[in-house]
Amino acid sequence: MKTLGIIFSNIHERDIPELTKVRTLASVPYGGRYRLIDFVLSNMVNSGITNIGIIAKYNYQSLMDHVQSGKSWGLARKNGGLTILPPFNDVSGGGVFNNRFEAIKSVGGFIRHNEADYVVMADCDIVCNLDLAPAIAAHEKNHADITMIYRKKNVDSSDKYRMVIETDDSGKVIRSSMNDGSSGEKKVYTDFMIITRRTLLYIIDHSDQWGINSFSRDILSNIREYNIYGYEMDGYYAAVNSLNDYYKHSMELLNPEVVRELFYKGGAEIYTKVRDSAPAKFTDTSFVRDSMIADGCIIEGEVENSIIFRGCHIAKGAKVTNSIIMQDARIDAGSTLNCVIMDKAAHVLENRLLSGHPTHPYYIEKEAEI
Amino acid sequence: MKKKKCVAMLLAGGQGSRLKALTTTVAKPAVSFGGKYRIIDFPLSNCTNSGIDTVGVLTQYQPLVLNEYIGTGESWDLDRKNGGAHVLAPYQAKKGARWYEGTANAIYQNIQFLNKYDSEHVLILSGDHIYKMDYSRMLAQHTETDADITIAVIDVPIEEASRFGIMSYDKNFRIFDFAEKPKEPKSNHASMGVYLFKKDVLVRMLEEDDADPDSEKDFGKNIIPKMLAENMRVFAYQFDGYWKDVGTLKSLWEANMDLLGVDPVFSLYDGTWKIYSGNDAYPPALLLTKDGSVTNSIVTEGDIISGRVVNSVIGEGVTIGEGAVVENSVVFSGSVIGAGAKLSYAIIDENVRVGENCVLGDAKSSPDKITLVGRNCEIPDGTTIASGSITEAE
Repeated sequence: MKTLGIIFSNIHERDIPELTKVRTLASVPYGGRYRLIDFVLSNMVNSGITNIGIIAKYNYQSLMDHVQSGKSWGLARKNGGLTILPPFNDVSGGGVFNNRFEAIKSVGGFIRHNEADYVVMADCDIVCNLDLAPAIAAHEKNHADITMIYRKKNVDSSDKYRMVIETDDSGKVIRSSMNDGSSGEKKVYTDFMIITRRTLLYIIDHSDQWGINSFSRDILSNIREYNIYGYEMDGYYAAVNSLNDYYKHSMELLNPEVVRELFYKGGAEIYTKVRDSAPAKFTDTSFVRDSMIADGCIIEGEVENSIIFRGCHIAKGAKVTNSIIMQDARIDAGSTLNCVIMDKAAHVLENRLLSGHPTHPYYIEKEAEI
Repeated sequence: MKKKKCVAMLLAGGQGSRLKALTTTVAKPAVSFGGKYRIIDFPLSNCTNSGIDTVGVLTQYQPLVLNEYIGTGESWDLDRKNGGAHVLAPYQAKKGARWYEGTANAIYQNIQFLNKYDSEHVLILSGDHIYKMDYSRMLAQHTETDADITIAVIDVPIEEASRFGIMSYDKNFRIFDFAEKPKEPKSNHASMGVYLFKKDVLVRMLEEDDADPDSEKDFGKNIIPKMLAENMRVFAYQFDGYWKDVGTLKSLWEANMDLLGVDPVFSLYDGTWKIYSGNDAYPPALLLTKDGSVTNSIVTEGDIISGRVVNSVIGEGVTIGEGAVVENSVVFSGSVIGAGAKLSYAIIDENVRVGENCVLGDAKSSPDKITLVGRNCEIPDGTTIASGSITEAE
């Protein structure tokens, strides 16, 4: 069975305006050396999917720069490989797509000119190490039109825009609706979907006639019309849907159990663009504990409970606690940062004192100088 | 196919027996260095950075790790349509299979490769040295002086000069005297083992050398003296950067230590001359120490460090347990140092397991007495290993 991957690079980006002002959600830096898209892209590759389209919308220069030919994920191939699908693809006019279904319609040609049996669709906001192969096998066995990948969890405010489903013993979806805000353990849809390609093309071809323009409202809720199954995802999972989520889930990476599960589970690795930085260097004056430090850093100061991305310089006498410092940032001597998210290549000059709070991290924008 | 100005031939077959257990199962150029590198990354990166995009890598001894590492050359941007990295192994020719008999013979056996690319010049490199060098400057001098051969030289302390090929040159850099490992050196200009030949001259010299039954088929012992005797245009290119022969445990250890410090002897952080490497998919390092004591050290991605690390270089994917102390040591990729273990003046090869509370070497040792643990060794809990000893897997 052949599977085509489709990644939506920008859905949910309105939820994190700070980090997506200068980039698409897909290229938001995460975990010291990664971009958010690395997780879904690596999951697909590790599940045997080698033909992947990324739907771009705005601000996709940083995304193109990151994925390039797809070489870092083994996706620079003669057959399939990686394709960036720019917006304005829709011959019917009307400009850029507004939602997931319009986006899929706009790349109908790409899906049509493909021999895959199934299409896996995913967003970039999910950080996990997921083997999709068993889910695709279950989809095939169930002769499903659609398989919705869900998680069992106690719903909270971060799930407010997600669908919840109920399934019978066979896994068939018997109820699906938008989350109504009531509490308790529910099966929450992750926006990872497997859909039979012929079914998808059939829907696209008839969408105008049938008035379909939303996956959640017109397709996933229509369980009488479509044969929809659920598939449970377990293991570590983080949905990055706000700056607070970003901060909270990033900090979970300081737990070695989380690192082992997310980056090593079953031998499946998470790939990213290679940067060829030298290893991190610590000097006589450095003091580091409970932190994640990427290659290319020079640490002369004090770092505690923080994530330091590639190529950062923490000067002697600087103190960084409970913070996330993105790539190529510099913190000069004598400055103190607490609960700060510092974007790429920002620079904190000497003797500054900056602090947020764990529930409200202080954000410093890209290339800012303080 | 467009003709190349210069093609490089990298001699990577060396056994490196003075590195002892480190080269029992891998060729010397594949030995780890500086946390995430292998020795061969330096000449290969120098080629890419110097604009040389065609490199023949001559392997022989224990080539498995090296061949796999070089792959398509992608890591060094040497996967090219026209040129790129090529692994050249000894092979069975019509006249029968022959191992490479000397440095010159190794190149001679690959003369087909040189003829295929038919470049104007051929750069001969070895895979034994740590240095950053712009070969394009050497090539510029080589063409300007219309040299038949240009030999890169570096000035070494005179007391060490008898370990090297030593030469004397005039004010125009023309060499008039060359002696391989002389007992009484006449200068301190040492050959770096980097030779730049006119391709036609190289082919002719190799053919003549091969026909000479008395020749040891070596550049330093045979080819260069012959070129001087024939009054050919033999020039020196003076190099004054960092250059380290890492042929012994002590020099390998020292070269690793040269990377440490705010203002290191040899910096990998200047950004203008990147050293490329294989880059495995590891997440960033986790430093989980209670007392924050990772000082004056290099730590690489994939590491999980709960112990104390002082004056040391730690490779990729290394785990150091709680209460362990690693001092003045070099730990290669994938090794695990158990909780409470103590390491001083040690070199730990790849994928070693040092059990809990082991004591390897002692703090009063010195770089002359390195404790070495070979690849894939398992050291049981509580073992004490005397400084200066070598432990190998069966």
